[in-house]
Amino acid sequence: MSGNFEHLHGNHACALAAVAAGCRFFAGYPITPSSEIAERMSKELPKVDGTFIQMEDEMGSLAAVIGASLGGVKAMTATSGPGFSLKQENLGYASLAEVPCVIVNVSRGGPSTGMPTRPAQSDIMQSRWGSHGDHPVIVITPDSVAEIYNETIRAFDLSEKFRVPVVLMFDQVIGHLQETVEVSDARKLKTIERKWAKGDKDGFEPYAATKDAVPPMARPGDGKRAHTTGLTHAESGFPTQDTEIVARNMNRLLSKLEINKKEIEKYECVETGDAEYLIVTIGISARAARRAVKTLRRKGVKAGLFRPITLWPFPEEAFRQAAAGAKAVLVPEMNAGQLVLEIERLGSDDCHVAGLNKIDGEPIVPAEIVAKLEELAR
Amino acid sequence: MSNPATDVSAHEVTPPGDFEIKDYLRLDLMPHFMCPGCGHGIALRALLWAIHELGIEKDNLAIVSGIGCSGRVGAYIDASTFHFTHGRPLAMATGLKLARPDLTVIVISGDGDCLAIGGNHLIHACRRNLDITCLMLNNEVYGMTGGQVSPTTSESMLTTTTTTGNIEPAFDACKLAEAAGAGLVGREVTLQVPTLKNLIRDGITHQGFSFLEVISDCTEIYGRKNDLGESPEMILKQKSDLRPESFGNTADRPFRPNKLETGVLARSDRPEYGVAYRAHAARAKTRGGGK
Repeated sequence: MSGNFEHLHGNHACALAAVAAGCRFFAGYPITPSSEIAERMSKELPKVDGTFIQMEDEMGSLAAVIGASLGGVKAMTATSGPGFSLKQENLGYASLAEVPCVIVNVSRGGPSTGMPTRPAQSDIMQSRWGSHGDHPVIVITPDSVAEIYNETIRAFDLSEKFRVPVVLMFDQVIGHLQETVEVSDARKLKTIERKWAKGDKDGFEPYAATKDAVPPMARPGDGKRAHTTGLTHAESGFPTQDTEIVARNMNRLLSKLEINKKEIEKYECVETGDAEYLIVTIGISARAARRAVKTLRRKGVKAGLFRPITLWPFPEEAFRQAAAGAKAVLVPEMNAGQLVLEIERLGSDDCHVAGLNKIDGEPIVPAEIVAKLEELAR
Repeated sequence: MSNPATDVSAHEVTPPGDFEIKDYLRLDLMPHFMCPGCGHGIALRALLWAIHELGIEKDNLAIVSGIGCSGRVGAYIDASTFHFTHGRPLAMATGLKLARPDLTVIVISGDGDCLAIGGNHLIHACRRNLDITCLMLNNEVYGMTGGQVSPTTSESMLTTTTTTGNIEPAFDACKLAEAAGAGLVGREVTLQVPTLKNLIRDGITHQGFSFLEVISDCTEIYGRKNDLGESPEMILKQKSDLRPESFGNTADRPFRPNKLETGVLARSDRPEYGVAYRAHAARAKTRGGGK
C-alpha cells in the first residue's frame, strides 16, 4: 500500500484513475453533471503527453475516442443522460467492431433534458440495450468515490482485455461526492493492454476466433493494413451477408462476455448468508440500503444487501445464491422500475419481488427502505 | 480473341511515371460493387495516383470513410481502412490523427455523409485545421439508399423524394469549408484525372485541413432518373450544363452558380491544430500543469 490518500471529488477521481490506467485520449462535450471529468482531463492529459479535445457534439466525442483507440491509444469520454442517448450510435460501432473504449455516464433525471443537476438511476436499461441490434457491453456501477477510482481502472482493463465498450455509470450524487481515496502510484499499477496482432500480414484475420473469443488487434502502421467496419463482417474484417459466416461471427461476438463472465462479474454481499429479506440495488441507493440493513438487523429483521458492481452482464448466479433463503427481495431504485425487471426474471417462484421507486430527483433514504421492508416482512 | 474496339487495354492511357493502380488495391475484393459508370472509381484512381507520387507508404496510410457509396470506396484501398458511422468519419479521423500524428489520414465522404448528417463535423474540422485531407465525392444524390435528394442536388432535378423536381437550394460546399476556416479548399471534376490527382496532392501536402470536392457522376440512379445520358456524357458536362437553369436557380445565384469553379479555391497558412495542441501541451507541462 502506497498510503497516498487524497480527498477527491467523484468526477475528479474518475479522471485521475483514467490517467493512472493509461488513458491518453479524452474527447468530450460539456454536459451536467459530468463536465468536471472533461475539465480535469483537459488539465491532466498534457502532463502525460496525452490529448484532450472538446468535440462539437456527443456523437463526435465518441467517434474521436474510437478513432484514437483504433490508433492504439486508450481512450475515454464522459457524458450524462441526453448525451448518453446520442452516444448509442457509436457505442454500437465499438461493440461490433470491437474497439476498446470507456464511456462514463454520470446519470441524471430524465427523460429528455429532465433534471440536469439531480440524480437518477433511470439509464439502467438504456446502458444495456440503448444501441440498436444485439451487442455486447459491460456496465459498471460504483457507489463511492473510492470505488469510482478503482472501477475506472478496472473499466479500462476489461475494455482492453475483451475489446468491448465499457460504460462506467454512477448517479449525480456519487459523481459530486467528496471522499477520501487511496490513490494508486501509476508507475507501480499493473494495467492491462489489449492483445496486439503479431506475425505476417499474409493470412492475418482481424476477427479470427480465439479460445477466449477475443481476437488480437491490428494497429495502423504495424503492416497488417486491416479493414474495420460497422457492417456485419467475416473473420477477414470485410462485410458479408453469408448467413453461415454471419451467424458464426455474431455468435462469437455475443459469447465473448458469457465465456469470460467470471472475470467480468463483480458484486458486494452484505449480510446475505442468512438473509430472509434481500435488498438489491446500486449507486447512492445502495448506500442507503447498507444503512437500512444495519437498522433492520438491530430490529431483528434478517435483512441483507446484494449490490451488483458489474451491473451488466448481471451477476446472475451470485444473485441467486444471495437470494436462496429469501422470502422477499426489495429493489429500491431511482426510476420507475428497471432493475426490478431483471430481478423478477431471475427470482424463484416462491420469492416475492417488490420495487421501491423514486422519480422526484431526491435520493432514496434509509428510512424509506426500512419502512418498505418492514411492510414486506409483516 | 480480342476485339480492338472493346479491348480496354488497347485504349488504356498509361499515366506518366510508374504508377500502377493494382499496387494499391485489395485485388481479392474485386469485382468492386460500384455501378457501371460511377465516377467514384475515377476519384479513387486519382487519389491512389497522388499517394503514389507522394511516396506515402501503405502501412502509414489510414483511410476513414462514412456511409453511402462513397463510404464503400475506402475498403478497396490496401491500407488501414476504417468504414465508420454515417456522417462521423471526420470526427473519428480527428481522434485518429491526434492520437497518431505519424499517419497520413484521408477521409472519403459523400455529399450526404459530409454535408447533411455530418455537416457539424465538417465545419468544426475546417475550424480546427487538423492535418486531414477530406475528399467529398459529390454525386448530388443518396445513391446507396436508392436515389433520394441530397444537400447538393441541383434545383429542379428529379430524385425519389423530389418526384416533381427539387426546390431546395443546393450547398456550395467549398464556400462553406472556406468560411469555416479550412486550410485548403479545392474542387475538381472526374473528367480531368491528372488535374484531380494534382489537386489531391496539394491537399495531402498542405499542413492543415484540406477540403476537396470531387464532382462525381451517379449514372445509374441520378443520371437515369434525369435523363442525363450515359456516363461519358455526364462527365463531359460536369463543368458546364449538368446543372440546368431552372425557376429557382436565379434566386439562389451566386450562392450556387451553374458553372462551377475548379482548382484550389482557397488556401491559408493558419496553424495546424495537432502541432498547435502539442506545443501548447508541452508549455503547460513545463509550467507544471498550467494555471
